[in-house]
Amino acid sequence: MFGLVNAVLCAALLSLAGCNGTGPAPVPGPNPDAAEYSVTIQAPPPAAGIATGLQDHSGQAVTAACASCHSTKLPDTSTRRGEDLDQFHHGLQMAHGDRSCLSCHNADDYNSLRLADGTSVAFAESMQLCAQCHGPQFRDYKHGSHGGMTGYWDLTRGARTRNHCMSCHDPHAPAFPTLRPLPPPPDAVRHEENSHE
Amino acid sequence: MSEQGSCGSGCGCSGDGGGGGGLSRRTVLKAAGATLGAAAFAHAVAPLTEWAADLSMDEFLQKHYRELTPDQLTQVLERIENDTREQYGREVNVRALPPQEGVSFGYALNLSICVGCRRCAEACHEENNHDRDSHQSYIRVFELSKGSIDFAKGDPSYDHPVPQDDKYYMPVQCQQCDNPPCVSVCPVEATWKEPDGIVVVDYNWCIGCRYCEAACPYHARRFNWKAPEIPAEDINPDQGYLSNRVRQAGVMEKCTFCLHRTRDGRMPACLEACPTGARVFGNMLDPDSEIRWVLANKRVFVLKEELGTRPRFFYFFDE
Repeated sequence: MFGLVNAVLCAALLSLAGCNGTGPAPVPGPNPDAAEYSVTIQAPPPAAGIATGLQDHSGQAVTAACASCHSTKLPDTSTRRGEDLDQFHHGLQMAHGDRSCLSCHNADDYNSLRLADGTSVAFAESMQLCAQCHGPQFRDYKHGSHGGMTGYWDLTRGARTRNHCMSCHDPHAPAFPTLRPLPPPPDAVRHEENSHE
Repeated sequence: MSEQGSCGSGCGCSGDGGGGGGLSRRTVLKAAGATLGAAAFAHAVAPLTEWAADLSMDEFLQKHYRELTPDQLTQVLERIENDTREQYGREVNVRALPPQEGVSFGYALNLSICVGCRRCAEACHEENNHDRDSHQSYIRVFELSKGSIDFAKGDPSYDHPVPQDDKYYMPVQCQQCDNPPCVSVCPVEATWKEPDGIVVVDYNWCIGCRYCEAACPYHARRFNWKAPEIPAEDINPDQGYLSNRVRQAGVMEKCTFCLHRTRDGRMPACLEACPTGARVFGNMLDPDSEIRWVLANKRVFVLKEELGTRPRFFYFFDE
């Protein structure tokens, strides 16, 4: 009898003091052999041509293919700065180290880009071009520690979308832009310190 | 059983108080004492009855989260959904996702590319159903002078375009310590460490003593001075019992690495909001995960390592 009362009392005290349970049991984790969802890299802004400043009858901006001019115009290799450009490229701000236009643009085919070794690269594959100089950043990008992403950490359960280099870096002036920060949360620590004074 | 006329206390007196025929002094004193006692008791428990006025009997008698049977847990989740509908006018889905075997969460932050834009703190504010009025968030971003690592000297309230050339930015949130001082000080075991590494709070078991807030060297815990005010349309309906369900007044709360998302395989809200990719999250038990690559290849450090808290939140610089 006393033992039972004691047990009931102990249980009551323990339930007041805390808990004996362990919570819902863990469920099986990711299966390393399971098929993985895809990782999609956000498409860079299309570089289908250059704005002409004209509009068609439906109000759409008219663009001219790069080759419209550059197939007949010989490249002027002395032009290295954006300010020196005229006509369609007037006002282009160039702030990318000491690169010149033809460091990346392909003088043999202006509808594509060009690696340092002369290999032609499509505009859609421009990350390869960035990577040839920015190796550490590309390495970090490949390992998920550079460049924003959304979606699933567990690719066996869902897909992921990743930023392209050009989502954040304008190739002509790649420095990350200065931002206005969002407002801070209340500063509880300092607020309390001040209120004690 | 007792003799006729005995007062019943075994003293052997005649019981009629000296033959006066009225009340004895003893009886009067007893009655007065009982009345006073009852009044004092009523007064003493008055705060309890006031506090319990907006607390249902089910809620009051609810067991600790870890002692709930699956059926009880289902009922509790349903009750919380109903309460949220009544109090906030919003249909929500409260889940209690269990930890996964073979998953141990880790988080790392690249200080070289954080620009201090506070998108993470804002995402936390919205994701975790924080009070809109106070603009609460589990993340504080410190602006620090280059060359200094002491975030106590940092400024968490800066308001100018970022990043400044001579500054860097350090977001600080719960470090999900493996030796958590906040858990050891809790007098009622309302906070504990889950098998996947996340330190959680049972908001229905917490007594609001704030010991954990005092014990945390990172000031990662927050106290709900009042029930959060959130317009119905702003409430995030994807909720977890141990994470972002709307908390009541008088309880502690903290970052849970968004476990209602991360135990579903998704990234935490602060990571998705980061425009630069400074945040790296994943399973530290998966050798191919991004977090493991960072731990193996970057020079990582933890905040206040000398305290022996063993955080699961790591910081690193690129160079």
